[in-house]
Amino acid sequence: MTGKTIAGYNFAYLDEQTKRMIRRAILKAVAIPGHQIPFGSREMPLPYGWGTGGIQVTASIIGADDTLKVIDQGADDTTNAVSIRSFFSKTAGVKTTESTTEATIIQTRHRIPETPLTEGQILVYQVPIPEPLRWLEPREVETRKMHALSEYGPMHVQLYEQIAAYGRIAATYDYPVMVHGRYLMRPSPIPKFDNPKMDRNPALQLFGAGREKRIYAVPPYTTVKSLDFEDHPFSVESWEHCCGLCGSGTSYLDEIVTDDQGGRMFVCSDTDFCNQRQAQGFRGPLNSEAAE
Amino acid sequence: MYVAVKGGKKAIENAHRLLAEERRGDPSVPELSLRQIDEQLSLAVDRVMTEGSLYDRDLAALAVKQARGDMIEAIFLLRAYRTTLTRFGVSEPIDTAKMTIRRRISATYKDLPGGQVLGPTFDYTHRLLDFSLAEEAAPEAASEVSVGPAPAMPRVAELLDQEGLIEEETQPEGDGVGDVTRNAMTLPAGRDVRLQMLARGDEGFVLALGYSTQRGYGRNHPFAGEIRLGEVEVSFTPPELGFPVAIGEITVTECQMINQFKGSAERPPQFTRGYGISFGHCERKTMAMANVDRALRARDLGEEVTAPAQDEEFVLYHCDNVEASGFVQHLKLPHYVDFQSELDIVRRLRADFEARRMGEAAE
Repeated sequence: MTGKTIAGYNFAYLDEQTKRMIRRAILKAVAIPGHQIPFGSREMPLPYGWGTGGIQVTASIIGADDTLKVIDQGADDTTNAVSIRSFFSKTAGVKTTESTTEATIIQTRHRIPETPLTEGQILVYQVPIPEPLRWLEPREVETRKMHALSEYGPMHVQLYEQIAAYGRIAATYDYPVMVHGRYLMRPSPIPKFDNPKMDRNPALQLFGAGREKRIYAVPPYTTVKSLDFEDHPFSVESWEHCCGLCGSGTSYLDEIVTDDQGGRMFVCSDTDFCNQRQAQGFRGPLNSEAAE
Repeated sequence: MYVAVKGGKKAIENAHRLLAEERRGDPSVPELSLRQIDEQLSLAVDRVMTEGSLYDRDLAALAVKQARGDMIEAIFLLRAYRTTLTRFGVSEPIDTAKMTIRRRISATYKDLPGGQVLGPTFDYTHRLLDFSLAEEAAPEAASEVSVGPAPAMPRVAELLDQEGLIEEETQPEGDGVGDVTRNAMTLPAGRDVRLQMLARGDEGFVLALGYSTQRGYGRNHPFAGEIRLGEVEVSFTPPELGFPVAIGEITVTECQMINQFKGSAERPPQFTRGYGISFGHCERKTMAMANVDRALRARDLGEEVTAPAQDEEFVLYHCDNVEASGFVQHLKLPHYVDFQSELDIVRRLRADFEARRMGEAAE
């Protein structure tokens, strides 16, 4: 038996050859914004569907001097974010943070931080299904052809059908976007609220789909446009409430069920953003005295 | 609330400790040793090695123990370990004709050179619970035969090959074989990649698909030409030496199905092949795999593709149980941000609906 301890693994778990292979895929992805690049995804010690694509991308780009932030649903303290963060502190020994501004790499599932990103930062998305046309056409052979020919009409038809049926576009998350005017891309299951943040973002955005073995990218300052129609322009979710803790009226809110009598409270899904605001003295309606 | 509260880290640590305790069970019961698992749950070890794509009985036994007997979890553990190993190269193809046979049967010939060797098999056992096993008792010793030099056991498919009745297996063109553990699969996949995916594929899934071909969904009339189990030598040619060196021996099960083929414009009527192989003794898996392999060759042979088992994308993208298990179970991760978006839209749509109804009522 030669059961290795974690000390016996390479920096950031993956061996250097694998990292090179993934970096080549990333470079290709950056060169063709929004285009899905196949890569030799490895089995990771975390299950497929739990962020293995993002983890492999992060493992390939992270260096000893990086500071890593991991969020799931916008929060640093959700169980899977905790698990991935501890994976990297164990295998790479890097500094981790909950602060969006301090982080050099942010791995995320389902959200883009509220705090604007800056040049030099990298946002790594975990992607379950990379193919934006998948629900229209289950076959990979077909969808690759559709991308090659920019045959995106069926997606517009689908959105139009929603308008015809419901009077509005009913897609809410994983809302399709056009990248650099060429490739239709799935932004991963972020709420459409976050879509505008992708457009001309100064940070590099990398997308990793482990199980589906695809990597794609949005380089800094690249145009990302959510699909819409002239008479039905793209719009995002809004709330009648503000955050119960920090009072923000512009952030994405989570609804928390407080009792079985219909009681609800709304709080920022981005925990770091909310904490920063509270530290600056902002208070929400449910937090006037409790904070003292 | 399992996510919204602080303390996720502590909760995870505690959950892991609880899991370790549950795994051990009642501490007054002696702990299983890896050797016990290897020796007495050997077919579990075989399956974990096959679908885990790593031939190492000790590590597979450890995975079975750590996974508390959950086969798919054990396969996952072994796969995750396997990725960290360096790939030195590709071995020479194993020669199953030179196998040290422990079991060899053919359903197509009553007798054949080398004979039928039943070996260790559940076949023909009556599936009656053997209550004597509840006590710890030594089994009756197997009868011994004096073995002379092992008789030659040519593969059945090769006997047919001499007559030209079965399609020839030819070396694929191009340089070397694909490796699904290193590269993303592209479609259409070559047979090398298909066979690798099926060999690693979930036994249950492959079994069901293989079964479906026998029930008319892509029927291909299989005959079990031969099933053989035994030990084969593995050789490797180090580039610096330039000649093959034997590096060990592994146990494999191989199944060659012989299937009808009525011929096409280009090809004469002849038998075709379906192939299955596994580490250790995974007979059911290799037979099902051979059925599915043959079904997936429909397009190459100019047959109409109508059934799920013939659909390359469907079979290959869904046969891997580590991928399937992960993605199905990821549904227990929090999805409340997306759910919030859905709540938002459903509330809006309902408001639209009510407004329309009020409008209609007012008219």
